[in-house]
Amino acid sequence: MSTLTIPHVVPSPQEDCEKLHTAFSGWGTNEGDIIEVVAHRTAAQRNAIRRTYHDIYGEDLLKSLDKELTQDFEKAVLLWMLDPIERDAALVNGAVKKWSPHDRVLVEIAVTKTANELLAVRKAYQEKYKKSLEEDVAAHTTGDFRKLMVPLVSSYRYEGPEVDSGLAKSEAHTLRKHIKDEEYNHEEVIRILTTRSKSQLMATFNAYHEEHGNPINKDLKKDPKDDFLFALRSIIRCITCPERYLEKVIRLSMKNTGTDEDALTRVVTTRAEVNLKEIKEIYYKRNTVKLEHAIKKDTKGHYEDFLLALVGSDEE
Amino acid sequence: MATDEQLALTRALSGDGGLGVEESTLVSIIGKWRKKPEHISSFRKSFNRLFSITGHIEKCEDDHMQKLVIEFSRFHQITVLWAMHPHERDARWANQVIHKNHPSSILVEIASTRSAEELLGARKAYQTLFHHSLEEDVAYQVKDSKSKLLVGLVSAYRYEGQKVDNDVAKSEAKAIHNALKTAGANKIIENDEVVRILTTRSKPHLKAVFKYYKELHGKYLEEDLSGDALLQQTVLCLDSPASYFSQVINSAFKEGANHAETEGLSRVMVSRSDVDIEEIKEAYAKLYGAKLADVISKKTHGYFRDSLLSLAGEARA
Repeated sequence: MSTLTIPHVVPSPQEDCEKLHTAFSGWGTNEGDIIEVVAHRTAAQRNAIRRTYHDIYGEDLLKSLDKELTQDFEKAVLLWMLDPIERDAALVNGAVKKWSPHDRVLVEIAVTKTANELLAVRKAYQEKYKKSLEEDVAAHTTGDFRKLMVPLVSSYRYEGPEVDSGLAKSEAHTLRKHIKDEEYNHEEVIRILTTRSKSQLMATFNAYHEEHGNPINKDLKKDPKDDFLFALRSIIRCITCPERYLEKVIRLSMKNTGTDEDALTRVVTTRAEVNLKEIKEIYYKRNTVKLEHAIKKDTKGHYEDFLLALVGSDEE
Repeated sequence: MATDEQLALTRALSGDGGLGVEESTLVSIIGKWRKKPEHISSFRKSFNRLFSITGHIEKCEDDHMQKLVIEFSRFHQITVLWAMHPHERDARWANQVIHKNHPSSILVEIASTRSAEELLGARKAYQTLFHHSLEEDVAYQVKDSKSKLLVGLVSAYRYEGQKVDNDVAKSEAKAIHNALKTAGANKIIENDEVVRILTTRSKPHLKAVFKYYKELHGKYLEEDLSGDALLQQTVLCLDSPASYFSQVINSAFKEGANHAETEGLSRVMVSRSDVDIEEIKEAYAKLYGAKLADVISKKTHGYFRDSLLSLAGEARA
């Protein structure tokens, strides 16, 4: 569920645009006013504001924001202001251009979406970047990762609930065989994980656990530093428990010293209108600290204010 | 000595190797020979591919009866295919490759000649009809060296803009050439770079790649791929579908064409009638020095012939 708070009476897009324009003008920038507008509008309302801003002032709102804001706050606001599908396409493009085996974004976006959502991202990607998503992923990844990522982003999984339990057992067996032999990059492993429907895969993972004693992810932890194994485990977690997976991404982004702002921004902006509420609940259960308190501790300035506005607070 | 009518009847029953049956001739002769059983009896004695003297009767040959079932049903088949939603057609053809052992070339045809949206539509229809995704079934059933290529082809959602990066196209032409040199003809279909380029790049980009290949290496890529029919077909489908479809049509008319080849005629005519049949007619004339309409008129019969001519945008013979 969404964690956004929208005012009871929403100002018209024109009023919002005037407020933003005023916030930009003059010497400084009124970041507070910017947050007050953009962090409390739905995607549809934000799209209307972008269109209206262009109509009134002849400039792309995002360009103005780019000029006025800086650093993590700017990155977060720009990402937030994109239409959700466009945002996913932008995140994927960013991940592909600087791709390394440590990348976490491609799996997250490809696997947590529904088949039609992923398709919409592929369409938006083509419009924005004049290339297909799979062609860029193929051209920028190598070896085993290419074998895994290209089918993953090209998949159009069947979304029905039907499960073939005989098949689930036999594919669990196949997975077990190759995992035991440490053939993690085997075609069969990749085939099963990248083409089967999510319902079928859940049944397969359950069968794996029942027949072979361990949850499949436990058997994929041979080398905790291995990026390929990490990718496989991520795929499995994104299918079985996406919100727990995302909680972990947020938790790790604020671990120890230093904050991975990119990861934190990404999860908050992509989930605030989707399921950030559930992720917050999991976060609290896991850490006995509210997400908003962790963000307060770990971030500062306008970036902190913006994130807190999106994350919301239960003490409203 | 066969009479004119007996010859006409033989031809009408596909006794000349043509496709389909001449329904109007059959009906007319049935009428003419009413109450004249000696005519049909004499016909049975002369048409010895369909009948053979056994005991005191001229028995119907089983395998020819089978052949007649097929010939009579060509019009039926083409009509049903024509009426179907194009996405359902493609999904069913794909399913026949996967589950009824129809040639993989049909899957390559569908995946490579359809537009990005048409292929997507076929994938959606496949899910609706068969409760699996197309790529999951292809990946599961095709476990040999063709798998990478086929799964990649059916999963593609190619960019359709005209923008091409010529430097990349040149370097990919070189990469394909290198792969061919090192891999050897029978392993090339599994080569990661070749598969990546053919299954993900846009069609305009690929046309540029093929063009640079010829410029840089002196031979057409298709020639160098003659060791792998499926790859060769993929390149042809992506580069020049009209030529490819002409070849499929031509195979149907050759002497001793098998069932899959003759079915190709119906498949191509129905699926391309609303798309690029004009270009196919042009390509056919260039390749074979004959007008498609003339060949259809000569080598097919009855309603089947008439429906093909209609699909080709030609007046009926």
